[in-house]
Parts: sequence; C-alpha cells; structure tokens
Amino acid sequence: MLLKTNIVGFNTIVIREFNRILRIWGQTIVPPAITATLYFIIFGSLIGRRIGDMGGYSYIQYIAPGLIMMSVVTNSYGNVVSSFFGAKFGKHIEELLVAPLPNWLIVIGYMMGGIARGLLVGLVVTIITLIFTRLHIHNIAIVISAVVLSSIVFSLAGMINAVFAKNFDQISFIPTFVLTPLTYLGGVFYTITLLPEWAQHISHANPILYMVNAFRFGFLGVSDVDLGFAYLIMIGSALVLFTACVWLMYRGVGTRE
Amino acid sequence: MKALAFRQLTKTYKNGVRALKGIDLDVEEGDFFALLGPNGAGKTTAIGIVTSLVNKSGGKVEVFGHDIDTQLALAKSCIGLVPQEINFNQFETVTTILVNQAGFYGLPRRVAHDRLEKYLTALQLWDKRNSISRSLSGGMKRRLMIARALMHEPRLLILDEPTAGVDIEVRRSMWTFMRDINVAGTTIILTTHYLEEAESLCRHVAIIDKGQIIENDRMSRVLRKLQTEVFVFNLRNPIAALPDLPGYRTTLPDDHTIEIEMSKDQNLNDIFSRLSASGIEVLSMRNKTNRLEELFMRLVNKEEKAIGDGR
Repeated sequence: MLLKTNIVGFNTIVIREFNRILRIWGQTIVPPAITATLYFIIFGSLIGRRIGDMGGYSYIQYIAPGLIMMSVVTNSYGNVVSSFFGAKFGKHIEELLVAPLPNWLIVIGYMMGGIARGLLVGLVVTIITLIFTRLHIHNIAIVISAVVLSSIVFSLAGMINAVFAKNFDQISFIPTFVLTPLTYLGGVFYTITLLPEWAQHISHANPILYMVNAFRFGFLGVSDVDLGFAYLIMIGSALVLFTACVWLMYRGVGTRE
Repeated sequence: MKALAFRQLTKTYKNGVRALKGIDLDVEEGDFFALLGPNGAGKTTAIGIVTSLVNKSGGKVEVFGHDIDTQLALAKSCIGLVPQEINFNQFETVTTILVNQAGFYGLPRRVAHDRLEKYLTALQLWDKRNSISRSLSGGMKRRLMIARALMHEPRLLILDEPTAGVDIEVRRSMWTFMRDINVAGTTIILTTHYLEEAESLCRHVAIIDKGQIIENDRMSRVLRKLQTEVFVFNLRNPIAALPDLPGYRTTLPDDHTIEIEMSKDQNLNDIFSRLSASGIEVLSMRNKTNRLEELFMRLVNKEEKAIGDGR
C-alpha cells in the first residue's frame, strides 16, 4: 500500500517538475541556449582561433565539454533552488509535507527535476556545440556518468540553498557569488596546467574542476585531475548532500515550524 | 473508534512562546467537531502538529489509532487538510492541482480524473477545471482547497477556517456540502471564527485558549451552560424611555430598540405581557449574539480575568 503510494507520489513529483520546466521554457531552456551560442561565437570561433590548441585539441573542442557541463550544473542547481523555494514561498510545499510521502522521496523527486532540466539543457547545448564544432567521444559511459553525477550534486546543493533561503535575494546569492566563480575557475575555459603552481593547488579545492575534467575526459580523453579521485569527489558529494537534504527535511528546517 | 486523540500535547516555539500547554482531546469517528478559540489560542498549532506542518515539543497524537511518531505515513493518509491560507500553486490549473494532490496520496491519474469530476461538480467548480487557479475568486479558491483535501477521500477532514472571507450564499452552500460528507461518514474537525457556523454544524465543541482546553463537551450541553441571553426587540413606534421591567437588565440603544438580558429562570411570555401592558408593540425579536458566541466570549473573558487576578 505504502509502496504503491510512494511510487505514484514519486512519479507525480517528477511529472510536476518536468511540466514546470516545459511550462516556463522561456526561462529554463532558451537562456542557456543563447548563452552557450554566444560563448561558442566569442570564445570558440573569434578568440579561440587565436589561442590555438589546448590539450591536443582545438580551443573550441577543448572548451565544448566544459560549456556543456557549466550549463548542466547551473541549470540543475537553478531548477531545484527556484522550484523548491517557490513552493516554500507560495506555501504549496505543504501539499507534500502533509502527504504520506517519506522525506527521502520528496528529496529525490526534486532532485530528479534538477537532473531533468540539467540534462535537457545539456542536450540543447550539445546540439548547439555540434553547429560550431565536431564532438569527439572517447568514452560514452564516462560522459553519461559524469554529467548525471554532477547534475545530482548540484540539484541537491540547490535544494539546501532553497531550504535555508528566506527571500529571493538568498536564492540568487549563492549562484552569483559562489557557483559562477567556481564554474569559471573550474577549468571550463582552460587547463589548470597553465596556472602557476599555487593557483593549481587552490583549483584542486574546487569540486567543479573534477566534474568538468571527468566530463572532458569522456569526450577528449584528457584530464587535469585523476579520474578515480574525480568520481570519489562526485559520489562522495552526492551522498553527503543527499543525507543533508533528508536530514533537513526530517528536522523541518525552513519548512516546518 | 477515536478519529483523533491528543495526550498531553505541548508545543513551545523557538521564541519561547508556549502555544500548547499539555492538551488532551478526543474526537470520535464520524463526529463533526468544532475546535474554537481566539486568535493565537493554539488551534492552528494543534492542527499543524496533526498534519506534521509543525513539530510537537511533547505528548502523543494518534489518528485512527496510528501514532504520528511511529506510523506517520498511515496517520497522514487518513487526513485531509483545508488550511487557513491559500496554499496551492497559483500558476497551475485546477485540474493539475487536484491530479497532483491525488498522486501525492498514491492515486493513479485515471482515478484522480474521476474523483475531480465528482468533487468539482459538487463544489460548483466543474466549469473552472481548466482555469489557472490564481484567476479564481476568493470563494472559488476556498472551495478548490476543499476539493483538493477530498481527493484521497480522507477519513478525517480538518477544516481550518474554510469559509473565511466567503460570501454568505457560498458559505451556506459549503455548509450543506460539509454536512453531506459528514453524513457519508467523514469525521470533520472545524475551526472557525463564525460561531454561528460551528453551532449550526457541529455536535461537539472544544474551546482552546492560551494553549489550554477550557471547554470540551457536546454542543447542546455547552449551550445549556449559558446562564443568560440578550434579546433585541425591534419596536413599531419610538419610545422616549425604557418601560418598567423589574428583574430584567434593559438598555435602550435607540428609540426603536430595546435590549433585554434574560436568565434561564425567566421567560419571554412574561416580557411580552409586560411590554403589551406598557403599550409597546414589538415588530421582531432576535438574539443579540449567537448563543455559542456569547458563551465563547464569557469563557474566554473569564480566563483572561482569572489570569489578570493572578489565579
């Protein structure tokens, strides 16, 4: 009985989240597509030609996986933070809180929404990438696992942001002042071997570096970090963040009085 | 069977406010139960604990025998909640809101579509099924929340001020609807500031004030505790001064109206005789306030006075 409730309840949350992504496609799908197009025009075609090769590939080919991953992580994060905070703000999160659904299921439901938007946007950006350059695929399993794990991590991070946020400023603060700098400094546009040694050490504290490089390895077979360690970071982060989300929901932080 | 049972239920908020000070309460299955109290008395906190929107500080809550500490999902599946504030997604259509609600309780979409037709029709919202919910009027939004709470056909329906801000016509149609679903077997707990509503609908009443239950009995027994009532007499002709009515407390709000306070051992025949003898013709008569309202005010004011007296 409860298993059936959980399965139908989970499907309902996921369908609702997916419908929300499609309903507001002008906010969810179009902006990252335009941003990615501009990146490819400016950094790929115009400036990229003057930069030359990086990691044995043309600059536009080198940055393509990073740009796809950047879209995935920002959109996974953005989806959950806006959807969950919107539900808190509009009080319709109470629909879920009073329903006989376990907290872990609600967390996974929102996480799936984040993954759905991240992957959907990632697919759109990949199609745009193919307009500008050819994508070499070194290992499809690594491509898929790296993008899904990164999406999970940032969906859960977005949920934690939304749980603690008390107003709209607080859901834009982390993306603006934490996520964007980490993404830009996470090896999307360059290999960290170009940096001085001290800067390379600092870069290793940036989790996005591992995600971008694992994903890039899946495409190009080149990476600035150890692949095993990158997976350890991604899986470890996902587990820690998932536990934190469930605990916060159980305690009712930001959701129950 | 008890639909709801509180034992020594307490809630202290982080700011130190003790919203519930160890209340005991039983609601029998099939009952129509009024939970009344002034603003801030603890009604919504108690409802919040039952529906797990508020974490309790202590005590025990059971819903149809399911302890919310150990069988929360089973307890929740028995409850339908109509909260005080509008809390559906205002960007979704009426149908989407109801289908999603059904889904959160494990009902497949096919079943949900059958149920939404049944409840939207009963609540006169069927023609609004494809409307975006924020475009509905206030009364429609209230009815939508009732339809939503009924989608999983709960055994216990909790209505937290369901008719607030609703015009009298809609309110009365909602009363009829609530009576019907109670007769069909759904236990209902109602909180309302319209005490006429509670008196008309409910068979049991509990009055909560400052986190404590100060009255809990059958409605008829509670109303019998009212020792005096004030009646308002509307007169055909103006009078300059109050007539002589020894033994009654009388006031003259205006020259066409007399208010007379009567105790239980006095009767209206005596008043009418005396008014006729004084040449006063009565056009109509009514209670100054609803009886439950009168009792409610006296009980709450007595509590306040007791606290003021340091008792």
